[in-house]
Amino acid sequence: MMEMTILSGKGGTGKTSITAALSGLVQSAVLCDNDVDAADLHLILHPDIIEEHAFASGWKAEIDTSKCKRCDICLSHCRFDAIHTNAAEKLVINPFQCEGCRLCERICPEQAIRSEQYTNNYWYVSNTRFGTLVHAKMGPGEENSGKLVTQVRKKAKEIALTNQKEWIINDGPPGIGCAAIASLTGTDLALIVIEPSKSSLHDADRLIKLIESFKIPVFALINKFDLNLELSQSIANYLKTKNIPLVAKIPFDKAMVHAMINKQTIVEYQPNSNISKEIKKLWHKIQLSTHTIDLHPTI
Amino acid sequence: MPYKIAIASGKGGTGKTSVSVSMQHFIRKQFTNQVQLIDCDVEEPNDILFFPNAKKKNSKIITQRVPKIDKNQCNFCKKCADYCEFNAISIIPSIKMAKVNSSLCHSCGACLVACEQSAIKETEQPIGLMNFYHEKNHINLIEGELKIGSAMQTLVIKEVKKQASKQSQIILYDAPPGTSCPVVETISDVDFIILVSEPTPFGLHDLKLMVELLKELQKPYSVIINKAGIGNRDIYTYLKQEQIEILGEIPFDQEYATNYANGSLLKTIPQKISKEFEIITDKLIKRVYA
Repeated sequence: MMEMTILSGKGGTGKTSITAALSGLVQSAVLCDNDVDAADLHLILHPDIIEEHAFASGWKAEIDTSKCKRCDICLSHCRFDAIHTNAAEKLVINPFQCEGCRLCERICPEQAIRSEQYTNNYWYVSNTRFGTLVHAKMGPGEENSGKLVTQVRKKAKEIALTNQKEWIINDGPPGIGCAAIASLTGTDLALIVIEPSKSSLHDADRLIKLIESFKIPVFALINKFDLNLELSQSIANYLKTKNIPLVAKIPFDKAMVHAMINKQTIVEYQPNSNISKEIKKLWHKIQLSTHTIDLHPTI
Repeated sequence: MPYKIAIASGKGGTGKTSVSVSMQHFIRKQFTNQVQLIDCDVEEPNDILFFPNAKKKNSKIITQRVPKIDKNQCNFCKKCADYCEFNAISIIPSIKMAKVNSSLCHSCGACLVACEQSAIKETEQPIGLMNFYHEKNHINLIEGELKIGSAMQTLVIKEVKKQASKQSQIILYDAPPGTSCPVVETISDVDFIILVSEPTPFGLHDLKLMVELLKELQKPYSVIINKAGIGNRDIYTYLKQEQIEILGEIPFDQEYATNYANGSLLKTIPQKISKEFEIITDKLIKRVYA
């Protein structure tokens, strides 16, 4: 079994549309949406949810103002500036600023502070026309996206092993922060989607530096490559210096948006289009090269 | 006090950065030079790419306080590990192990309070940079840049925001994508939020998540529809239904997209786009002085 994560430093490059298209091509896969913060893959795969699980997002502290004597010890110790005085000069905690360290609760001499575990995040196992999808929905403003990513990936792996699937395909989050790190840890390969803009290249460069620290094989594709041929060429040159195979150059086509509106993958919507052909080729190339990658080198 | 505006979107790639950079440009042109742009998308800061002639004035390292346990003083009582809600401390008395995993540490200081042996001291570990850029009459930009491999976005954003000049009349924050903690940190103290969305199913879905967050935070906001003309009309139906103001619509324009790709967004702005930004700026300024 192999696990591939699709990433792009910058958002909006087309990760989800490409992941969706690959979902329809990979014969034996478990699909996993790691972009828990703005999960969109379900809009194309329209899953039937068969399991729903709450996921704790951490603690939030609350002050019982009737017990509080305003010694302000908590106020002076809170490093997240989460404790404020309200109009009535009482101490209150802003739940959005509280990081759930529970220090205030522990040091309050009046035991006026209690923390509660929030379960505002959910993760799901679903059936789709392309196989099982593991996905999540985070409550707005919640923390622990990294931990939630780790949870959905763990479940996807379990399902893949039980059902003897050959692949896990992860639709990754943008950026290089905790969610991206949690999406990469322990995967077998990464596919980066880059579009021909300076910002996309800049972000891909930061992402590649992160991936290098994980020492896993990387492939790249340029999406909407014909929007700027010059920049596409610089991206190709850059990838060469990094020894990263460029596995596809996908043209710009409004059909990609139309497929999305139609709730279909581009391969379903226009199977014979250039985009679909490129994506099929790209999948073929990745499959071929995985035969030559030593996934578990002995040290 | 400067008026603070955040430019956010839920989804990546909707045009937060191009709107942020353009807003600074048009506010300066139509209203005041005292407008500062702060790039809070610290995982992938891109605003500077649109100012090819800008000079970096200076950089400062942003650090995080991480505990260090002095094993000579430690009696391996484990109280620090019990206090640590983030599982960053492991203590194994039998082999006299006391270890801190700095990537899990949130710098809350609970372990310091826990330790009765005074065995814990804090050290400063770098988690990012803030970069200050200046170009006469053109740019006044502070950028936060997360160190690659660090997961402390929120701390970096907090430090960068502290650098804002008190002299500014308006401060613009270019927010990170998504709706989780880095976004909350960015918008926590703003007066107004501009949500940038695109008229596609993905754009609408992520906009709804952002609206849900802003309702909870009770912040005022309105929407700029970017790349208007692509996609479908569902977003308009939604905004009307929710009675959310459309601050403006930036039409999808091939030339503008090419300029964006090249980083020359402000060099030649197509007329229909600059006109739209002028209207948006007027509306914003009225709000600032309401």
